[in-house]
Amino acid sequence: MRTHIVVFPGSNCDHDAMHAVKNVLGEHDTEFVWHKDDSIGKNVDLVILPGGFSYGDYLRTGAIAKFSPVMKDVIRFANNGGMVLGICNGFQVLCESGLLPGVLIRNAGLKFACKEVNLRVDRSERFTGDIPEGTILRIPIAHGEGHYIADDEVIADLERNNQVMFRYVDSIGNPTSEANPNGSINNIAGIISKDKNVMGLMPHPERACEAMLGSADGLKIFQSLCSWFAIQSSKEFATERREVSSREAVPI
Amino acid sequence: MKYLAYIAIERKEAILDPQGKAIEHALGSLGFREIENTRVGKLVRLTVDAASPESARSIAEQASEKLLANPIMETFSVINVKPVA
Repeated sequence: MRTHIVVFPGSNCDHDAMHAVKNVLGEHDTEFVWHKDDSIGKNVDLVILPGGFSYGDYLRTGAIAKFSPVMKDVIRFANNGGMVLGICNGFQVLCESGLLPGVLIRNAGLKFACKEVNLRVDRSERFTGDIPEGTILRIPIAHGEGHYIADDEVIADLERNNQVMFRYVDSIGNPTSEANPNGSINNIAGIISKDKNVMGLMPHPERACEAMLGSADGLKIFQSLCSWFAIQSSKEFATERREVSSREAVPI
Repeated sequence: MKYLAYIAIERKEAILDPQGKAIEHALGSLGFREIENTRVGKLVRLTVDAASPESARSIAEQASEKLLANPIMETFSVINVKPVA
């Protein structure tokens, strides 16, 4: 899984993401990409937009980052079906860039929320394919602006198309208002694009990849991605073999 | 000619404004009982090189649409355009 992690001025979870993917997961083909680069690089499988405070959160969270030179290529990559994961500030950048619908505003409770939450996995596919639906993960959050909102129509669309990937829940899996740390509509913590190739979430799976740090639940997301890419490459291999054998079958 | 364009950016009414609420509480405790629904927005001032005030306004509006305001949660209005003194 060739993973490139975009570094914006003000990103501060880029090294956490690198540590999770490269050291913990053991995916050595993982590199940083500078925001001033015009390209995300060649043959990339996964782009991660990490957490932090890109451009100091000036104007709006993620608003300036979307005009970074590298973002043009990230948007092109995503529009061609490339897999993009936005974590926390990365989720905000994806919303501002229009790759995901809605926007993240100031937490309803005014406070910066920094704690571990119960996160229910609502869909088991691609980014979460190894995790059964309904699983509750323990993952930390750390944000001041994680209150997800969108027009009623957009929310209805997200729910209808099963694009809500994660919700804040209580210990038995109910999306109660007490379990909602920021006021997000329908307790939404993470969503996926219609084409299922761009996912954004406010919680930090990369900070929960080792039991020593309190939880290793976040690793399941990165493992799911590895599994998905492994299946894709074996499918491609099978297709190539079929093509080769059908060519060989043609009488000369 | 150079013009100053002032743009006011406000959150839509339906969107919670915790900062406005906190200020409203503080005003209430100072005795301003007649003040309600306090909202906090942004004021952006641009210096625009344009042929006319109308053209400066139009440029300020385009900048607002493209970057300064997010139409999902905000509205904007160019509240004043005046020549640089």
